Amino acid sequence: MASSYGKILKDGLLVENPIFRQVLGICSALAVTNLVTNTLFMSFGVTFTTALTSFTISLLRNYIPVRIRMIVQVIIIAAYVMMIDILIKAVAPDVHRFIGPYVGLIITNCIIMGRAEAFASQNKPLPSLVDGLANGLGYSVVLIAIAVVREVMGFGTILGVALPARDLWWTQWTIMVMPPGAFFMFAIMTWIARARLVKQEAS
Amino acid sequence: MTPLADMSLLSSFLLIFVSAAFTDNILLARFLGMCSCLGVSKKVDTSIGLGTAVIFVTACTAALNYLVYRYLLVPLGLDYLRLITFIVVIAAFTQFVEMVIERVSEKLYNALGIFLPLITVNCAILGISLFMLNKPYSFLQAFSFGLGGGFGWFLAITLIGAIRERINEATLPRGLEGPGITLIIIGIMALGFIGFSGMIKI
Repeated sequence: MASSYGKILKDGLLVENPIFRQVLGICSALAVTNLVTNTLFMSFGVTFTTALTSFTISLLRNYIPVRIRMIVQVIIIAAYVMMIDILIKAVAPDVHRFIGPYVGLIITNCIIMGRAEAFASQNKPLPSLVDGLANGLGYSVVLIAIAVVREVMGFGTILGVALPARDLWWTQWTIMVMPPGAFFMFAIMTWIARARLVKQEAS
Repeated sequence: MTPLADMSLLSSFLLIFVSAAFTDNILLARFLGMCSCLGVSKKVDTSIGLGTAVIFVTACTAALNYLVYRYLLVPLGLDYLRLITFIVVIAAFTQFVEMVIERVSEKLYNALGIFLPLITVNCAILGISLFMLNKPYSFLQAFSFGLGGGFGWFLAITLIGAIRERINEATLPRGLEGPGITLIIIGIMALGFIGFSGMIKI
């Protein structure tokens, strides 16, 4: 049993990484990655929501009528997102001012709905929880990687702390913190990830 | 008083429309609706179909959500319920519209109806309703914000669809096919749209 949990984790994090492999949930991925702090809060929100939504839907999977399952799922997701929204507002009001609308948009993040449909509606609660967690973490890893590159290049800082002697040698790439930077960065990451997958499949 | 109240109705309506469509393009500057954009933008005619459906739904749901928020949630002190309320309004509205056009016109249903279920989970729709709350809009202004946002999305996805149709004929590195090259196209378009920024400040 332990190995199967390990497999679910590995699938979510690497093999079937939601962002590269399935290209899901990238709206918020692009918007919040200009600062690492914002990204950490967003990642926490998505991971929490994905894990608990999968768990809840799996618990209820035999009681939800098939015809209205979409709306039931959306309401379950919305309930968790509401909790996260209130939590972030209380803990970090400054961060919330910027990422507030995007936290609300976790509801329409396709990863959550996708996992609920593909995995949680056919599996037992505990594996579903692990699956949700793994996919949430897979999303978080990619997001944080993008955010680190964008914040370092755009502002010369990490988590708001300036690189040593930044003013002497660093020229800020303002474009990296603007929308096009997000698209280019994300395209490059997808390219690298997919090129490696192609190689693996060929060998 | 709202800061826009002294402007004449028509000019504020137009200004909000243009700023929502161009300077603050929902897809290129706010990153919303990316999932369905990457999925659907392979051809121009499907892009136009989905785009039209999005314009219609954003404009109507922005207006509906404005009314619900202003006259139901705020007076009752239920501000924190806005997320769940908005998504239910949007889901119910798309479902309702789908049912209506299925009865009324088969042609319209084939053109737009198949896109409606996709729209419920399109973040651009929910996004417009949420961003609307950050600004002190009146009812008509909220409507024009929704209309402009939807139009901006329509414009972006149609352009992307047209470029992708041509790119499909070129050979690309294997890893770059599909989402990779589309993201680069969108990035270059976003650079272009930055040119609009600063044109209008609201």
